[in-house]
Amino acid sequence: MRADGEMRASGEMRASGARMLRRQAVNALALGLASLATLAGLIALVWILATILINGAAALGPHLFTRATPPPGSEGGLLNALLGSVMMTALAVLLGAPIGILAGTHLAESGGRRWIAAAVRFVNDILLSAPSIVTGLFVYEIIVQPSGHFSGIAGAVAMAMVLLPVVVRTTDETLRLVPVSLREAALALGAPLWRMVLFVLYPAARAGMLTGLLLGIARISGETAPLLFTALNNQYLSFDLARPMANMPVVIFQFALSPYPAWQSLAWAGALLMTLFVLLLSLGARFMLRPRQG
Amino acid sequence: MDASAAMAAPDFATAGEAAPRIMIENLHFFYGTTEALKNITLALPDRQATGMIGPSGCGKSTLLRVLNRMYDLYPGQRATGRVMMDGENIISPDADVNTLRRRIGMVFQKPTPFPMSIYDNIAFGARLHERLSRAEMDERVEWSLSRAALWDEVKDRLRAPATGLSGGQQQRLCIARSIAIRPEIILLDEPTSALDPISTLKIEELIDELKTDFTIVIVTHNMQQAARCADQVAFFYLGELVEVGPAAQIFTAPRQRRTQEYITGRFG
Ligand SMILES: Nc1ncnc2c1ncn2[C@@H]1O[C@H](COP(=O)(O)OP(=O)(O)OP(=O)(O)O)[C@@H](O)[C@H]1O
Ligand SMILES: [Mg+2]
Repeated sequence: MRADGEMRASGEMRASGARMLRRQAVNALALGLASLATLAGLIALVWILATILINGAAALGPHLFTRATPPPGSEGGLLNALLGSVMMTALAVLLGAPIGILAGTHLAESGGRRWIAAAVRFVNDILLSAPSIVTGLFVYEIIVQPSGHFSGIAGAVAMAMVLLPVVVRTTDETLRLVPVSLREAALALGAPLWRMVLFVLYPAARAGMLTGLLLGIARISGETAPLLFTALNNQYLSFDLARPMANMPVVIFQFALSPYPAWQSLAWAGALLMTLFVLLLSLGARFMLRPRQG
Repeated sequence: MDASAAMAAPDFATAGEAAPRIMIENLHFFYGTTEALKNITLALPDRQATGMIGPSGCGKSTLLRVLNRMYDLYPGQRATGRVMMDGENIISPDADVNTLRRRIGMVFQKPTPFPMSIYDNIAFGARLHERLSRAEMDERVEWSLSRAALWDEVKDRLRAPATGLSGGQQQRLCIARSIAIRPEIILLDEPTSALDPISTLKIEELIDELKTDFTIVIVTHNMQQAARCADQVAFFYLGELVEVGPAAQIFTAPRQRRTQEYITGRFG
């Protein structure tokens, strides 16, 4: 009896030992594959960053910020392109952020059950994933074509249209994360809806909303396709938003494909500057989303 | 608790002495198609504390949410019947909700500090309804925090974020916030369920003190608390009001068997 029991027990032990081994093997395999995939991604990233850093750093210098883009064969900087990008991005934020925040607020606060909110959310998702070249073409049709020329305004509108769905989405989502109890507490004091939204919900969701805006800015500042159809480029320094306007993505695009070494090195410098800018924005977003004690 | 005096008094004596501040008549409440309150008729006497007791899910919170129309926010929820205050049915669609909520304050079960400073948490409500000078506002903030037994702990950090307070302090902050708008009626939904005994004692003392000016409704699962704080106690079971009477009578000589079973801990 006892021997029988022991034998059965040891048999079970052997069986469970084998199962254990197989589990460990599968675990090691899965972990290995996952690590490999991570490594591949990291290598690609480091490679890109290193290439940009090495080629861009060589072309860095104060002249980038003091001189406009040069004609072929001579020296110059990126001042006009930087200025154009900053101006158009700023205008795009002024146009896109308020509309996006209002629309996102409406989505989050209208209960979400109503069909109109569902429809808007759906359309917004389409806008979010629409190829930006389509946005560029659209703005070309409604602004560039009728006005007869490319302009900084058209560029800013196209950028705003790329930014808008990002802001709508992040506003909607972060507001919906604010607990119902906070809304009820504000309303229970007799606060009208708008005061509750403005003074309780927005402060509560501030970090997430700002993060969304920063990531949206990072996204539009690198968009090339919509600007090709709208702002195009301008060889000279220009503050006139009604005229064609230089900008970083299009300048990088043109200069990188050119046969002139001076242009190519400016393209590298531009690529480095933009990468640093986007990195900074992402870090800013990170910083804002950091868990706060107290 | 002066049990003998209350015992000697006839039924509903406590409720009968003071005129009702709020009269709930034939109230039914529905979450969609589920009836959470069934034909409730109950008087809330002026400047007294009404304790609401009953097992979990019996509709106590629901009744409080009817009294300040919190259910308005949710399309599927509705109430029928009448809730009369000053000759007006406060659950009729014509009643102005924001004015009503100014008069009927509510403290929730879980603390809900706003993401702003301690000072601004208190000032938020007061600013909604009154124009106060800086000095008046300072005074109001101190008054509210003192009455909620929080002033001494926070007077040196009024500008610090309210989310940095402990859970118990946050709850007292929420009570201070509710009384800062000087409502006529204060609804408290298990206000001390997350508090330590000392804070609980402070809140109970506060309720006792508030009774001189305000009409109080307090939901609690703690029988001792109901006995200590409430003048009148209402026992709910499965959405029905089983029994209401002076606290002493409910806890010593309940008329209904279910009340008896509940307060002696046989169920719930
Ligand atoms: N939003 C809701 N939708 C549907 N049913 C609900 C909702 N809120 C509460 N109920 C139901 O209504 C009934 C009463 O709930 P209520 O929250 O009023 O109980 P309670 O007496 O406060 O309980 P507790 O002591 O646990 O807080 C319960 O059966 C509950 O399931
Ligand atoms: Mg409850």
